[in-house]
Amino acid sequence: MIPPSPSQQAQAAALQLDTDGNLKHFLTLDGLDRALLTDILDRAEGFLGVAQQAVKKVPLCRGKIVANLFFETSTRTRTTFELAAKRLSADVLNLNISTSATAKGETLLDTLRNLEAMHVDLFVVRHADSGAAHFIASHAAPPVAVINAGDGCASHPTQAMLDMFTIRAHKGGFEGLKVAIIGDLLHSRVARSQITALNTLGVAEVRAIGPSTLIPARAEEALGVRVFHDLRAGLRGVDVIILLRLQHERMDGGFLPSEHEYFHLFGLTEKRLAQAAPDAIVMHPGPINRGVEMDSGVADGERSVILEQVSNGLAVRMAVMSMCIGTQNLWLRAAGQQPPAEVGDG
Amino acid sequence: MADPAGTRPRPISIRGGRVIDPAAGIDAVMDLHLADGAITALGEAPAGFVPVQVIDAAGLVVCPGLVDLSARLRQPGQEHKATIASETRAAAAAGITTLCCPPDTLPPVDTPAVAQLIRQLAEERGHARVLPAGALTRGLDGEQISEMAALKLAGCPVMSNADRPVRNTRVLRRALEYASTYGLCTFLHPADAYLSEGGLVHEGLVATRLGLPGIPEAAEVLGVARDLALAEQTGARVHFRGLSTARATAMLAEARARGLPASADVAAHQLWLTEDAVAGFNAEAHLIPPLRTAADRDALRAAIAAGDITGICSDHQPHEPDAKLNPFPQTAPGMSALETLLPLVLGLVHDGLLDLGDALACVTCNPAAVLDRPLGRLQQGAVADVCIFDPEARWLVGEDTLVSRGRNTPLRGVQMTGRVRWTLLAGRVVHEG
Repeated sequence: MIPPSPSQQAQAAALQLDTDGNLKHFLTLDGLDRALLTDILDRAEGFLGVAQQAVKKVPLCRGKIVANLFFETSTRTRTTFELAAKRLSADVLNLNISTSATAKGETLLDTLRNLEAMHVDLFVVRHADSGAAHFIASHAAPPVAVINAGDGCASHPTQAMLDMFTIRAHKGGFEGLKVAIIGDLLHSRVARSQITALNTLGVAEVRAIGPSTLIPARAEEALGVRVFHDLRAGLRGVDVIILLRLQHERMDGGFLPSEHEYFHLFGLTEKRLAQAAPDAIVMHPGPINRGVEMDSGVADGERSVILEQVSNGLAVRMAVMSMCIGTQNLWLRAAGQQPPAEVGDG
Repeated sequence: MADPAGTRPRPISIRGGRVIDPAAGIDAVMDLHLADGAITALGEAPAGFVPVQVIDAAGLVVCPGLVDLSARLRQPGQEHKATIASETRAAAAAGITTLCCPPDTLPPVDTPAVAQLIRQLAEERGHARVLPAGALTRGLDGEQISEMAALKLAGCPVMSNADRPVRNTRVLRRALEYASTYGLCTFLHPADAYLSEGGLVHEGLVATRLGLPGIPEAAEVLGVARDLALAEQTGARVHFRGLSTARATAMLAEARARGLPASADVAAHQLWLTEDAVAGFNAEAHLIPPLRTAADRDALRAAIAAGDITGICSDHQPHEPDAKLNPFPQTAPGMSALETLLPLVLGLVHDGLLDLGDALACVTCNPAAVLDRPLGRLQQGAVADVCIFDPEARWLVGEDTLVSRGRNTPLRGVQMTGRVRWTLLAGRVVHEG
């Protein structure tokens, strides 16, 4: 009598893609296929060169307004999104909402409507609630595009894609790779997106390593990972090691007894690193807690690609923004309007 | 519509319907005759009976007016969501003649004045009978037991702490003992407060994929275990309001088999929907207790078929549109459910889980027994609360078909089978559609 609910994959695809499969919004990696993720990585590779040019700008988003809507504070992510938008020649508004509108009682929808009235073309959203980016994208008036810069514990798709970019740069591809993700998977939006990306791109195995308190319920079935509670066993033979940030508030929640014990059991040291494949790389979305998630020696060691991740973030965000704006321009042309980037182009 | 208040209900004959009275085991095509607000006769009209109105029920089912063990009407205190007038009108359209509303109004039903206010507002509107559950503790704070004897006198049939679990087990023990002193049944929302706190959805596959905080099965299991132990200790009559897990249901069945005076109901949507409805951050499926797994749903269905769970309620929670217009964690839980209650129950018959009489018992005489009221039956002399429905009529759940002020339902767009044609409350027609 009641039809089955459409799957998360199907719903996410419907919300994020136009009828031709072009990326309208970038909210989650659910529902996006390998070809599309590979396209993002290929485009990002093209944008890497822009930083080396004398003029560090391309006109792909000229005349567009990008609003960085950060309901949660962030330095790194917000800065790279701002820089990415500027390199694409967009105008950028930075709004720290945690200190303005919603603090005065304005609803998220009202904030959105106000910004729409200012003719913002693309929103980059970070919010403490899982599903916030979905919510904004579902209510934004077309052809406004929404990019998720992290929502609650749900998704952080651009971070995951820059990690995929870094992995591909070092490993040449994804086939046959074993990837270990260590730490607080329960609260990690980064880990959820990484796992989806890795499985979509076809790695051999994704391992989730941590104490049971930090591994979400039924993770193996729900996420497609193999769970390890022993670091040594989990690291054996892996090609990529991804460490997750351990947030201090987790100690108060009773998830862990102490940082000391966590480092003792799950902290990455040179010695433990020896369990992994000889050419394994070490990644971390930052910021790092030295002496909690890993030794300083590992963080600064030759296997660490942590700083590369930051520079790659710019190229990946440029790729995703330009794709969403490209889809927006298709929409505008179909609606008989001229996209701003083409106004005055010979 | 209702006659002007104060006049005597006119004699009415309901002709040619399939009369089903689960309490008496009646299922036959016959006539029903009402006068002075009571059922005068089944079958032949008494000598000299002259109906002022004749309802042609050929092809329709005539059953007792439905009794709903949990429906929030939002008045007093949250009239921006709904009112007693708006929701009792929706109840009438749904064939529901008696509603028990939880005590979490603003202020809560912890004084006779609030209970009387609710009953008075309901009587003035005249669309349905409203029986407010009294607050088990003052202000629902779980600390100080309420003046239950006074609440009972004010018309509260049962005591309840709404959906706020009493954390302090000693307070709960005293509250159950005190309630049983006055023969009052206590409605319990089984949940361990510490395990359920902060949770939004069932802790399982969907919660893990979406990164939403979960409510583990153990929260409900512990709640039922603790409450059953107290019921056994005190001899108090307890009723679990809205079970959601297979494990807790099995514990209840075991306790009942041992002869404990414990009962339970389930919200109709729990017999159909699962955690999958939350996919895509669907806030309409944000419910407490949460939608759980298909295995839980199937166990709840089996418990209904076995008679371990005796009542099916709507757990109606109407909201204003804004309450669901937020990122999932910021939305208010609950769905508008009065009008889908009967079709969802009829769906169980269609699925072969129950026969029509047993299905209707779950929404008529069984919940009436929990409320200890002589309602939900069609015997001669009983109150003339009657629901006449077309079991084959189809309709689509949507903005324009719902009468309730709350349009928040995960069933929007779903086709329902079974539509109420007439509802009579104490012998008066309160809905005709």
